[in-house]
Amino acid sequence: MNEIELLNWARGPGLAYATIIMVFGLTLRVFEILSLGRAEELAEVRGSGVSDGWKMIFKRSLPEPRHWKLITASYIFHVGLLVIIFFFIPHTQFFRDVFGVFWSGWPNYVIDFFTVLSIAAMMYTLVSRFVDPTRRILSKMSDYFAWVVTFLPLVTGYMAFHRLGMDYTTMLAVHILSVELLMISLPISKLTHAITFTMARYYTGSSNGRRGIQS
Amino acid sequence: MSDNRQQLAGELQRHGISRRTFLKFCTSMASAMALTPAAAAEMAEKLVKIKRQSVIWLSFQECTGCTESITRADKPSLESLIFDFISLDYHHTLQAASGDAAELAREQAMHDNAGKYILVVDGSIPLKDGGVYSTIAGMTNLDMLKQVAKGAAAIVAIGSCAAFGGLPKASPNPTGAVSVSDIIHDKPIINIPGCPPIPVVMTGVLAHVLTFGIPELDDMGRPKAFYGDTIHDRCYRRPFYDRGEFAKSFDDDGARKGWCLYELGCKGPTTHNACATVKWNNGTSFPIQSGHGCLGCSEPDFWDAGGFYKAISTGIGKPGQWATGALAAGAAAGLASAYLNKVTKSKAEKDHQEVTLEDMGGKHE
Repeated sequence: MNEIELLNWARGPGLAYATIIMVFGLTLRVFEILSLGRAEELAEVRGSGVSDGWKMIFKRSLPEPRHWKLITASYIFHVGLLVIIFFFIPHTQFFRDVFGVFWSGWPNYVIDFFTVLSIAAMMYTLVSRFVDPTRRILSKMSDYFAWVVTFLPLVTGYMAFHRLGMDYTTMLAVHILSVELLMISLPISKLTHAITFTMARYYTGSSNGRRGIQS
Repeated sequence: MSDNRQQLAGELQRHGISRRTFLKFCTSMASAMALTPAAAAEMAEKLVKIKRQSVIWLSFQECTGCTESITRADKPSLESLIFDFISLDYHHTLQAASGDAAELAREQAMHDNAGKYILVVDGSIPLKDGGVYSTIAGMTNLDMLKQVAKGAAAIVAIGSCAAFGGLPKASPNPTGAVSVSDIIHDKPIINIPGCPPIPVVMTGVLAHVLTFGIPELDDMGRPKAFYGDTIHDRCYRRPFYDRGEFAKSFDDDGARKGWCLYELGCKGPTTHNACATVKWNNGTSFPIQSGHGCLGCSEPDFWDAGGFYKAISTGIGKPGQWATGALAAGAAAGLASAYLNKVTKSKAEKDHQEVTLEDMGGKHE
């Protein structure tokens, strides 16, 4: 298989498999989680919990003074990923092709800035996971796996854009394949939080509210 | 064949080609292939001394575009001079002979120049149903290729069809078309892809083969001198790409300002060819300069790369439809899973038997 065949495979069958696995897996997981229902309240219910649920969704996104360096780094790469995924012009072309919706991308130098910042922030989170004894003990293989599959598209995309490492065709193919690995990993790893974080937070917040615990 | 094998010096003189024109050709070829200035003089010296090289040109599943490209010049071009340096012993379109006489000429050339002739192939080779989809003088392309390749010193696969299968190989590939290198494995093969290839690229490579031997090739058998860079690497619109300035349609303000054609489907970033430097029609222009994106015609499977007007960053096929199907299947599986869980839970509740202390052998105090 030469590089152009690899690229065409990544853009064709590879993308098809990854899309099907990701969408099927995530939908299945959401249905499974929702079908579990709510735990029976044994104590007297003290409120509907709706406002507490919504409050929790936003409150958990606010920075905390504790571990501020780590939280800042996490913020940077989460925001960076959103910007890169949705506002890099070639990516907007992809979304237009899939959803038929088009929005303007941002200039390349802005995306480049966010990419470098996100790569640095992710490196920091990895180093801090090794350095902090508590987090090191708590970290499992699944945590490192989630880090690797998130990091790969960032770094391969940066290398492809700047023509680093391999020739552009191969690097672009590797980048797309790394994105497909991330897509497949979404329903089977901790990365599911990308779509379940709102309902998980709402559930916690509303449970707290129903029990009279301040969110 | 003795006429064909005489030294070129006399032959050129006989055709009225001046030394100045000849040197201009050599300089042009050497410069196109990024050789040193001294190489031009060396090429000139070698070309006049060589015997005319026997070339057998086989045309299989092709459109004659490659031959058109190399021969159709609006005036006697430098490119056409290459025909004076070779003895073109067999070529469907250009030869005067036909029928048995043509086939005899091929067999004669193969016999007289065994192990020395250059085989040029344009067009892909059909393998399906015993190769019946393209035959010449009752012989399948596969058989003819194998027969002629046996005595060839080297093979030059001209055009994307011969080099990679090209348009005939496009999905669903009804004739089972393959490239020359899919069949021949024991001869040096130079691929000169393009639909068609640039004339000077074809003649430059042939001139190199005649004088210095086989040029340096990349992993797909393409001469690095012409296929070392991508169109994008050498495109004059590259600064617009780097700044993120893209034409959104072929007649918008961006298009008029000459912005990058990436969003309109240009395949320049993944296409290796010399269009942006050598250009076409005596260096006049190339597709991007005339306002259209690169189709990627010198890369394998360019016909099946997702559409000429879709950016490289898009998927090939229908990702939206796959996602919709997967969503429906996921929802169905999720509902089924939820139902099964509910049934299991109900059954567990139904089967639940309360165990009293007495059942366990104890007594109430």
